[in-house]
Amino acid sequence: MNWPRLGALAAGFALLIACMAAGILVGAAGLDPKGVLLALLDRLPFVSVDSGLAVVEEGVLFQLRVPRVLLAALVGGLLAVAGAGYQGVFRNPLADPYLLGAGAGAGLTVTLVIVAVGDTVAVPVAAFAGAVGGVFLAYALGSAAGRGSGTANLVLAGVAVSSFLAAIQTFVQQLKVDQLARVYSWILGDVGGGWPQLAMVAPYAAVSAVALLAHGRLLDVLSVGEEEASGLGLPAARVRFAVLLAASLATASAVAVSGLIAFVGIVVPHVVRRLAGWSYRIVLPLSLLGGAAFLVLADLVARTVLAPAELPIGVVTAFVGAPFFVTVLRMTRRVDT
Amino acid sequence: MTPELTARGLGVRLDGRTVLAEVGLTVPGGSWLGIVGPNGAGKSTLLKAMLGLLPHTGEVLVGGRSVRRLRPRERARLIAYAPQAPSLPTDMTVGEYALLGRTPYIAYLGRESRTDREVTGSVLARLDLDGFADRPLGHLSGGERQRVVLARALAQQAPILILDEPTTALDLGHQQQALDLLDRLRLTDGLTVLTTLHDLSLAGQYADSLLLLADGRAVAAGTPGQVLTEELITRHFGARVRVSGGPGRPVVHLTRASP
Repeated sequence: MNWPRLGALAAGFALLIACMAAGILVGAAGLDPKGVLLALLDRLPFVSVDSGLAVVEEGVLFQLRVPRVLLAALVGGLLAVAGAGYQGVFRNPLADPYLLGAGAGAGLTVTLVIVAVGDTVAVPVAAFAGAVGGVFLAYALGSAAGRGSGTANLVLAGVAVSSFLAAIQTFVQQLKVDQLARVYSWILGDVGGGWPQLAMVAPYAAVSAVALLAHGRLLDVLSVGEEEASGLGLPAARVRFAVLLAASLATASAVAVSGLIAFVGIVVPHVVRRLAGWSYRIVLPLSLLGGAAFLVLADLVARTVLAPAELPIGVVTAFVGAPFFVTVLRMTRRVDT
Repeated sequence: MTPELTARGLGVRLDGRTVLAEVGLTVPGGSWLGIVGPNGAGKSTLLKAMLGLLPHTGEVLVGGRSVRRLRPRERARLIAYAPQAPSLPTDMTVGEYALLGRTPYIAYLGRESRTDREVTGSVLARLDLDGFADRPLGHLSGGERQRVVLARALAQQAPILILDEPTTALDLGHQQQALDLLDRLRLTDGLTVLTTLHDLSLAGQYADSLLLLADGRAVAAGTPGQVLTEELITRHFGARVRVSGGPGRPVVHLTRASP
């Protein structure tokens, strides 16, 4: 690891800490910032100070704000690092975490659960299973279509599976229009799941993020294409499978606790690439940090801009992400021609 | 001692079509075999099959060991390959690109060692590219690009070099420079070289022996003088030519149709 890269990582880390501090200090409840800081200090081992916050205020801080900021960071980091991983495997800067059917799969299973038994604790489990199932379906279909090589088949299979599952989801929604609002509210995203959801996905998040970060050098080799990388002795198919597995696990973990938050997975790796260069050894870790910071900030906007009402977080990310996406499209087209 | 490279009964079918059939060849250790043939004869396919990058029938041997039984990393330490149109990510620097040649020496989740950087550095210096190490690939001229691709292949420290059309898109001077460089390197390092070459005269000048492919079959093999005859070229390329320069290093001239 060279000095510029270490510097970039340190900057990313500082940005994340700053965004998280803002997310914890600011909110609809109007807690005294000094009290919040003292209350946080009080939670450190061997430190005991009086924060001056009321019991209810401490409850707001530790049961609502802190877990919310942590969940936003976790989801944002996972979506961004998964997006970077997909982009590396497909050698396409426009690949995103939902490309292989994770989004549509989760959308369908969650709709089915909401329609059948309502908005219950089964929703995150259904979302996780649906996301994994969608990717599995696309992978099986894509591998069966060709000799198992070539990523184009896989992308096409992902598009086909996504459309198919989305069609079923739409059909189910049509049958149960009264549940439409609940389904949409899930799709647009929410990071208010609290400690239980955070604990539920943390193991999967950790495993998938570590696995993705470990593949930085291998994705760099893959950037000359699968055939040339194979000529260099890289087990290209194995690298592709490992990265897709880890990225899909990361996506499923994020989707399980937050819904289908758009654009984080595509916007963040792009910004990182423009600022820190092409190498996945820096793009992956910086996407993790940057994605986390971005979603914490987006959530802060979502819950304060119309306080005490809240905007769905997916609306905020798309509002920033969509114009950016168009700009990126225009720029890539200019490079290609 | 540089190993011999052999192929026996090599066949490739792509999408139900036979692209290569029953091709056999031998490149003795330290020599240069040039593959010539008209467009679509299967030259690039032959090279990819020899590397095991395409499903094929038949057998490829390096020093008597079957390539099929080698693990990818082992194979890449024996054979270095540069495709006809290598993918050169525009933002990657020359140094980073050449370092990719060390891939077969790095464990799956490992990273480049000091030795890997030293080997790459000395290869760049040898090809007069050391001043270019920090330059992005997108900022190179055609001749520089060719040398960078060769640098990556040499960083593999493999005794066998397989190069697909190493002079594509180069002007006359740069074609000569690239092949002179290759010739010098293979003589000093004792490398075994297998290349496709679309320019018959260049193939005749540099290669020790030639193999003429047509419609996926080996139709002639031998010294340049035996392969580059007016009769064979006219029959397989459909071209009117005159061959001069004697039987040792023949030169092929295209002749104009009489008006």
